[in-house]
Amino acid sequence: MVKKKPQGRPTLICGSAGCGKTLFAMEFLLRGALNFGEPGVFMTFEESPEDLAKNFISLGFDINDMMSRGLIAMDHVYIERSEIEETGEYDLEGLFIRLGNAIDSIGAKRVVLDTIEALFSGLSNAAIIRAELRRLFLWLKERGVTAIVTGESGNKMLTRYGLEEYVADCVIFLDFRIDEQISTRRLRIIKYRGSSHGADEYPFLIDEGGLSILPITSLGLDYPVSSRRVSTGVPKLDAMLEGKGFYRGSTILISGTAGTGKTSLAATFADAACRRGERCLYFAFEESPSQIIRNMASIGMDLAKWVKKGLLRFHSVRPSLYGLEMHLLTFHKVINTFNPQVFIVDPISNLTVAGSASEVKSILTRLIDYLKMTNITTFLTDLTRCEGSLEQTSEEISSLIDTWLLLRDIELNGERNRGLYILKSRGMAHSNQIQEFLLTDRGIDLVDIYTGTGEVLTGSARAAQEAGEKASDLARQREVERRLRAQERKKNALEANIAAIRAEFDVETLEVLLMAEEEKKRQAIQAQDRLEMAKLRKGKPSGPQAMRSKKNRKG
Amino acid sequence: MAGKKVKSSTEEFEKAAAMPDRAKHVLRLYITGMTPKSTRAIANVRNLCEQYLKGEYELKVIDIYQQPKLAAGEQIIATPTLIKQLPLPLRKLIGDMSDTERFLVGIDLKPKNA
Repeated sequence: MVKKKPQGRPTLICGSAGCGKTLFAMEFLLRGALNFGEPGVFMTFEESPEDLAKNFISLGFDINDMMSRGLIAMDHVYIERSEIEETGEYDLEGLFIRLGNAIDSIGAKRVVLDTIEALFSGLSNAAIIRAELRRLFLWLKERGVTAIVTGESGNKMLTRYGLEEYVADCVIFLDFRIDEQISTRRLRIIKYRGSSHGADEYPFLIDEGGLSILPITSLGLDYPVSSRRVSTGVPKLDAMLEGKGFYRGSTILISGTAGTGKTSLAATFADAACRRGERCLYFAFEESPSQIIRNMASIGMDLAKWVKKGLLRFHSVRPSLYGLEMHLLTFHKVINTFNPQVFIVDPISNLTVAGSASEVKSILTRLIDYLKMTNITTFLTDLTRCEGSLEQTSEEISSLIDTWLLLRDIELNGERNRGLYILKSRGMAHSNQIQEFLLTDRGIDLVDIYTGTGEVLTGSARAAQEAGEKASDLARQREVERRLRAQERKKNALEANIAAIRAEFDVETLEVLLMAEEEKKRQAIQAQDRLEMAKLRKGKPSGPQAMRSKKNRKG
Repeated sequence: MAGKKVKSSTEEFEKAAAMPDRAKHVLRLYITGMTPKSTRAIANVRNLCEQYLKGEYELKVIDIYQQPKLAAGEQIIATPTLIKQLPLPLRKLIGDMSDTERFLVGIDLKPKNA
């Protein structure tokens, strides 16, 4: 919001009773003393130092210890009007001397005056007080100490006695508002000379660690991203996500109606993270840690051992316990102390009881931004109400989500079965299939749902259909085998036939050859005969005449 | 403390009780160096005491520039401050004591509504 408090200048903190002025001022001193080596003087006009010390021990600061170490000096200015009689002109030099003495005693760089307005009620001559205050602030500036002055907010002015006139460098306004029975503290910088400051109202919180301010929105969208992947804990779901699972540092949302297995999926993811040796933080808004552990044991998951090993930490609170800002701060605090790689909120929809939808969205945006910045994989579950589309979250955060899984009931044949599909998953070619989501005693399993004959079947209908199909498959197989055998027989018969015909043909060929041989022999014998005949007739041996005569004889 | 100052004699005690304004006044005047207001205050207090409490007062002037720690102990805010430690009740008179009426009311020599 701003770099730091204006150095060497007075700052006015104003607000109504109980808005945290004293705490803000005290924290300024204590932080300065502890973290920046700047001792501080606390001049209290209202509470006694003993009361203050008690109050601050409950917020985690031991003032007495710091006082003995010379980090803090306290001066209680006590004005009892009934004891005082004004008998002429006076000044507040006494106050200056006390303050100066306190500053010098510890070399203070910071001063808190809480609340100097008590002077107005203790002394009647306002003109003198105003003049002296003006002098006081000038004097503080000259001494180079950074001062914080608190003031009760007035009717029309910022403070009841118009302190803002004197402390004109920096004015911070604290507000304490109650909306729908849930209170939120807000802080606004009204003026800060010589600095560009945020003009918005910033929610802030007071808890056992003091006061913290959270920026309303993160400043940019420039967080680094990881291309490493983490398993979902369900091998088949990994397979649907390119076989690798989610991106590390991405934001995953599981939405679904009641009883669809959101918590089981979240717990499986937590289990997988712990198995990889990563730390996992589980914010449960509905169930106690022991209940989750027991329920997950029923699907074969032993979360207790991860808790024992310190890898898994549950944080169960009722969402209505405190306001959303406090929730966000709790998230921040636990994340910072536990430093997890995986962060689960189950479910975010319950946050709506602690604030309006737009506030929940703003909180979640800030949370997701923060988690992305720290590269923590975030797993959110969201209970979808029955009315309205499933592709909508009640918190309207769908645009912030990187991977969105939807669990839904599929009602068919008098059964309710769970179906899972991936609505979106940025940066990967994810599966478009609806898978049946089964909770078995060995964890979560995904089964391809039956889509054989153009309809979607789940549960026992799918099983029946698959059994029927298996039977008819078997029958068909038998038929095929039978046909194959018949064909084989046919082939054998055909081959036998071919062999027979070939044998017949061979015999015929042999006969024909024999015949041709015999004919040749016969002709040779005939020629021999004719020669011999001619010899016998003493004629010319075989000439044309003989041939002619033969012809003639024939003719 | 009151017991010590007012002796043990019953007579004297009753006398003191009967006339509280005549009791010995223990006064402390806290000033800041030699500022005009301080000097005026010292002069005024001395005059008034001589005038109204002659011989029955004990006045000590303390410069809180010299003894700044006393300022916190005595809850001094404004200066000059005259603290009437005795007789009780404790009173603080701030200012340069130029207002005689208020001074007398302040050290209980005059009732407030007078």
